Amino acid sequence: MWSAGNGRPELLASIRKWLDARFDWAALTAPLRKKTVPVHKLSYWYFLGGITLFLFGIQVCTGMLLLLYYRPSSSEAFESVQYIMTRVQFGWLVRSIHSWAANLMVFTAFCHMFSVLFLRAYRKPRELTWVSGMILLFLVMGFGFSGYLLPWNTLAFFATKVGTDIAGQVPFIGRSLMIFLRGGEEVTGATLTRFFGFHVAVLPGITTLLILLHLALIQRLGMSVPPAVEAEWKAHPEQSREMHFFPNFLLRELMAWYIALGVLGALAALAPWGLGTKADAFAPAPAGIRPEWYFMFMFQTLKLIPAKVWRLDGEVVGILVFGAAGVVWTLLPFLERDGKGRRQRWILGAGVFAVAYMASMTIYGYLAK
Amino acid sequence: MDTWRNKLAIRLWPLLTVLLAGAGHAQTPNTCLDCHSALDPPYQVTQEQFSQDIHSQKGLTCASCHGGDPSKADPDAMSKKAGFRGKIERKDVPALCGRCHSDGAYMRQYNPSLRTDQLAQYLTSVHGKLRAKGDDKVAVCTDCHGVHDLRPASDPRSKVYPVNVAETCARCHADAAYMKEYSIPTDQFAGYSASVHHEALTVRGDLSAPTCTTCHGNHGAAPPGVATVQNVCATCHVFQAQLFESSPHQAAFAAASLPGCVTCHSNHRIEHPTDAMLGTGPGSVCTNCHTEGDAGYQAAGQIALQINHLDTSMKNASEILDRAESAGMEVSDAQMQQDQARDSLTKARVAIHSFNPARVQQDIDAGLQITAKTHAAGAAALKERDYRRKGLALSLLAIVAVVIGLRLFVRQIEKGQS
Repeated sequence: MWSAGNGRPELLASIRKWLDARFDWAALTAPLRKKTVPVHKLSYWYFLGGITLFLFGIQVCTGMLLLLYYRPSSSEAFESVQYIMTRVQFGWLVRSIHSWAANLMVFTAFCHMFSVLFLRAYRKPRELTWVSGMILLFLVMGFGFSGYLLPWNTLAFFATKVGTDIAGQVPFIGRSLMIFLRGGEEVTGATLTRFFGFHVAVLPGITTLLILLHLALIQRLGMSVPPAVEAEWKAHPEQSREMHFFPNFLLRELMAWYIALGVLGALAALAPWGLGTKADAFAPAPAGIRPEWYFMFMFQTLKLIPAKVWRLDGEVVGILVFGAAGVVWTLLPFLERDGKGRRQRWILGAGVFAVAYMASMTIYGYLAK
Repeated sequence: MDTWRNKLAIRLWPLLTVLLAGAGHAQTPNTCLDCHSALDPPYQVTQEQFSQDIHSQKGLTCASCHGGDPSKADPDAMSKKAGFRGKIERKDVPALCGRCHSDGAYMRQYNPSLRTDQLAQYLTSVHGKLRAKGDDKVAVCTDCHGVHDLRPASDPRSKVYPVNVAETCARCHADAAYMKEYSIPTDQFAGYSASVHHEALTVRGDLSAPTCTTCHGNHGAAPPGVATVQNVCATCHVFQAQLFESSPHQAAFAAASLPGCVTCHSNHRIEHPTDAMLGTGPGSVCTNCHTEGDAGYQAAGQIALQINHLDTSMKNASEILDRAESAGMEVSDAQMQQDQARDSLTKARVAIHSFNPARVQQDIDAGLQITAKTHAAGAAALKERDYRRKGLALSLLAIVAVVIGLRLFVRQIEKGQS
């Protein structure tokens, strides 16, 4: 079983044989071996989903490590994060990576969504892959919103207050929603405990199930080829190329993951995530309260909307518009009919507008006083 | 039906008449203002002006001070028969105001917590004493409180609101021509305006910060004497006063007729004290009295060194902690401890008033113990930062090596596949 010169391959072969005898391993892994990935000039966009998945994995691992020391109560949360940052061996690294990876994950998830949109990978038969992906994007933003409060520092406390106030403006269900989110009328220790529950139990559970569904759909339907490339390959079948998912694509993906890990490590070591000052519910709100950068475009828009739009409250109008835009965006594949047409151009135009709007409003939000 | 209505009207009419008369009484037309609002100053008093007056708001009228009958719209209203007193002479103002304001039973119905010793105090003041001698230029009640639009001291528009007091006093006391015959300085307001007290009151908005009346008294205004000035300062600066009283300076200053705190800190121009006032350097106040070789001179030099030692240690610790913080290191615990060191420095600066280096050293030692810890925490944080950067460099090298290795491995596999 174990020879001096060439021991490892023999050991692997033995393990495979053992698994094969019991689970028919060869049949189980057959789809993985058969799976291929199209190769063309836009193939690199395929890596974004994988990088987002890798960052989610990082979040799960670092999150579990943080759980060993974090205490979710208003009297202990800040001190426990401070303890992690100063006393726990490599605690600073784990917490900084968790915070940076969270932000990078939101960024790569948005990039993945827009790359899918512009490459029109959402079209039939991948409508449900898009819908599950959009729900995952909302869940990722939910992770960000709930996680932001957990260190219980001043900025997070007041940003959560503003954020939940905005949720309270939703017509009909707003007040109930706000009280549900806060665990009462105000942002208190009850809100922290609640957000902690969302962050470490509710959201990870739902997200894991949806990721499995998303991956299963990708596995079942394969990678989408952009329409332009597809047309070219149809005209010249000899030009169509593909690579094996395993190991060719997976090893390339692994390279991307390593690079992402390097970026994360550099950010954590050179710009460790700050802690700020402990939240004080009785202190006046500090100047320049802002949400996390990925909510900034919505926050800035709500700030700019006039107090009254026609006869309606401006903020309510803004919330309704964003809510409707989210629903329409999630159902986007169902709005596009087969083939080319005006709707297709409208969707691409809306995508370009959305990117420009989100980028400009985010920049404006940071520059405006 | 008509008969029933008429009967009811006839029976209710007397009651209506009484009610209407009562309502009319509450809004008695003030005929004084009808004319005086149309006159030119100094006879002019407008309805708008008088309505702001606290007396008007409490239901008093012109006649309450000036006599007469404001309900009549003819010259009889201002007749001696109607009790008209006309313009109140300056000399009569304190007594007129005191008629109500010294009457505890009367004032209780309007404001039970208002003092009623203003007139008694005024009579003991420099203003009151000169007034009694027939000096018509000194301040009477209306000079400081205003007249016809007199507001309570709690109203920010009042001339005696804490922030406005100094300007009210300065109207006379900063006027060199007006004050010429009294032979007293007129630079008090200029000095006070540059003082730490003025800054606390007007810039920081601390209404408990001292203004003229805090040290001189208000109705009993008089300059504190040389012997009692430190008692005045001690009302706020308690610890400094206690230390001073047990110091050798207490007896020495008394013997030399030096006015306590004012000797080093000045009176009106009390600037923010600096460490330069200590020691034997150019800005020192100690060298005003002490000369090289005497014990006080040595103590002054020693205390300056002690304070400087802790101050420098604190700055060094702050500098290293700031560097660590800007590198993203978590040093908030040490930063908080720096606040304790700052407290020790403040205590040491208070302890200076004992003029005893051994007493000052107690607070200095407490502060130095803290700065030693915070400095060490800052140094450890910077060492940790360097360690992290080295770790990052090694990790990045390893990652680059793995990425290159993977790339070569993929190439090798694909060569085999093709």
